[in-house]
Amino acid sequence: MIKYAWLIPVFPLIGFTINGLFGFKYIKNRAHYIAVTALGLSWLFSTLVFIDVLHGKTAEIVLFDWVVTPDIQAKVAFYIDQLSALMLMVVTTLSFWIHVYSIGYMGHDPGYPRYFTYLNMFVFFMLILVMGSSYPLLFVGWEGVGLCSYLLIGFWYERESAWKAGMKAFITNRVGDACFILGMFIIWYHLGSLDFKVVFEKAHHLDPAVVTIATLLLFGGATGKSAQIPLYVWLPDAMEGPTPVSALIHAATMVTAGVYMVARSNVLYNMAPLSLEVVAVIGCLTAFFAGTIGTAQFDLKRVLAYSTVSQLGYMFLGCGVGAYTAGVFHLMTHAFFKGLLFLAAGSVMHAMSDVLDMRLMGNLKKYMPITATTFIIGALALAGIPPFAGFWSKDEILHHTFTTGHYFLWFLGTLTAGITAYYTFRAVFMTFFGKERIPEEIKHHLHESPKVMTIPLIILSVGAATVGFFGLKAHGETSYFAQFLAPVIHAAHEHGAHAAHHEAAVPASVLIALSVAVGLTGILIAYIVHLKRLIDPDEWVKKLWFIHKVLYRKYYVDEIYFALFIYRVLDLAYIFWRFDQWVIDGIVNGAALLTRFLAWVTRVCTEPFVVDGAVNGASYVVDLSARVLRRLQTGVVSNYMLFIAAGLLGLITIYVFGRLF
Amino acid sequence: MVPLTHVIIFSFIIFAIGMFGALSRRNVFIVLMGIELMLNAVNIALVGFSSYLSNVAGQIFAIFVITVAAGEAAVGLAIVVAIFRNRFTVNIDSFNLLKW
Repeated sequence: MIKYAWLIPVFPLIGFTINGLFGFKYIKNRAHYIAVTALGLSWLFSTLVFIDVLHGKTAEIVLFDWVVTPDIQAKVAFYIDQLSALMLMVVTTLSFWIHVYSIGYMGHDPGYPRYFTYLNMFVFFMLILVMGSSYPLLFVGWEGVGLCSYLLIGFWYERESAWKAGMKAFITNRVGDACFILGMFIIWYHLGSLDFKVVFEKAHHLDPAVVTIATLLLFGGATGKSAQIPLYVWLPDAMEGPTPVSALIHAATMVTAGVYMVARSNVLYNMAPLSLEVVAVIGCLTAFFAGTIGTAQFDLKRVLAYSTVSQLGYMFLGCGVGAYTAGVFHLMTHAFFKGLLFLAAGSVMHAMSDVLDMRLMGNLKKYMPITATTFIIGALALAGIPPFAGFWSKDEILHHTFTTGHYFLWFLGTLTAGITAYYTFRAVFMTFFGKERIPEEIKHHLHESPKVMTIPLIILSVGAATVGFFGLKAHGETSYFAQFLAPVIHAAHEHGAHAAHHEAAVPASVLIALSVAVGLTGILIAYIVHLKRLIDPDEWVKKLWFIHKVLYRKYYVDEIYFALFIYRVLDLAYIFWRFDQWVIDGIVNGAALLTRFLAWVTRVCTEPFVVDGAVNGASYVVDLSARVLRRLQTGVVSNYMLFIAAGLLGLITIYVFGRLF
Repeated sequence: MVPLTHVIIFSFIIFAIGMFGALSRRNVFIVLMGIELMLNAVNIALVGFSSYLSNVAGQIFAIFVITVAAGEAAVGLAIVVAIFRNRFTVNIDSFNLLKW
């Protein structure tokens, strides 16, 4: 089956082509038949391939040559191993159910076929990203998903905030992508190849300094795509897109591409301890800061967006401390529960006529029980409460952080876990419990979402509840999940030595108990503050208005970026505009003036005498010679005959004289 | 066996007579006759060379020339008759309309 893995991205490609070409005119509201079928087939094939991989098979499928020059040989090839098979499963499962959900969610949108076209295109590129066998091919997918992200954030392009958010996402990602390209160049310059296999085999020839720079640059790309400090600013704004898009692209799949890339390049990162340290610190700081921002937001989707940034930080923290498996595990569980949370939020949004302010909700569980239940399951998973999925993976990451001796990062991570639990359940309590604060005109048509939306919710909630069990310890040290990924992930050796040392000091059970306790505390605080209102949140906001304001305005990062970069770029553009106006235009206009002057000189001086003289002179000569020569044509036959005879004589004369002399 | 030189001289004489007739006379019939003489002079030369070189091609060529000459005479006489009907003269100097 694994031979046919190349078909997996082909299905969405076909779906995207058909919908893209014929959707607007002919297919219209039937676009989902094609899109969902394509995804269903992809999912089926992914499952079959995954089963093959479970049996220990891996394969490289070479499709065709891409670039063939003396210096560069690149081929389009897919590489199916444990990591990419896992990513395939995550991507196709989530994509399929979110496609199904979209049928209900986007049902009445005039851009229906366009929506499914973009969505299929996204899945195609995402599959290229996870299956590609080389950095350039990964980058193709990387850019493609970025493009689709831009298109889908700005899906409702009539809204100014939407297209602005799309631009922001695209431009912010450019910064990261520039780093990524530079990183690839460095690797290529030193190894002459960008094929994963070749790079990882030859990596030990590289100078550690080179590896450090290359991996830092690659991570720079990941900070853009996966929304880490300093490039995370686009992700919260990306919530302008349709909610299923937020679920699929900006929570479950695309934003995890950076984590996938780091995990895939684990051989390189292991050679560069400094880069790993940077990854861990950035990841942890992002987790913490985004988490704190999340506590002060009132927009349901924005809370989830900051939570996504925060959870992505956890994944990088996991990768950064050498626990790539834990990072990827969190990627998988996060895909399920965060996809679920977004879809449930979308369901709320659908019912609430696009109102997302949690201050205008409350007690929605009465109106939409399925959505409420599934949302709570997702929230429990996100908060890290056992036995839901988030607990296993988050705990794994924190455990590894502790055992590798990053105590401060561990402390910050655990604190963030508490904050996560707090803001998640703040959202739950404000949305689904407590007093009804719903405006009358919305309450009027409040309803549970149709089946086509609730069934994906139920299925994903089952996933969010259970995928964590792959993290159970199989024999002794490693989990099933880690065993599965073991062929791909090469553990950093020095970390392994450390681990044994610290393990003895604090038993794992204490750490687990601690993080669960922190999570429960977070929920408890949310319960006291937002449901029971034993402490009135509004009063605290008034008292601590300064902190609340800073958090609410997201640490003023957007403003700082505007002041430091965007306005400076605009200033530069203004200078260039002026330069263009005065210098460049001056040269052009001067040239034009000179040309006109020369033209005038020509018209007055040269034209009447030289040019006209030549033309008229030629015609005069022709006329004159014609006047002379026409006298020869007498019309008298005898004269002609005489000429002929004379000509004959002449020829004979020439012939004879030619012979004689 | 007549030597080739004689034949050529004979042919040349006939040709000269024909040319003289064609160029000097004003009567269009005489001019046509002169042209016929020139053609036949050429025929004599062709046949003479043919017999000298034992190559039949010359004789065949002569037959072609005779054929063409017959056609030429027919067309020429027809034109002369047509012109005569319009202008009532056969003087070649008065046939001078085809000029500038």
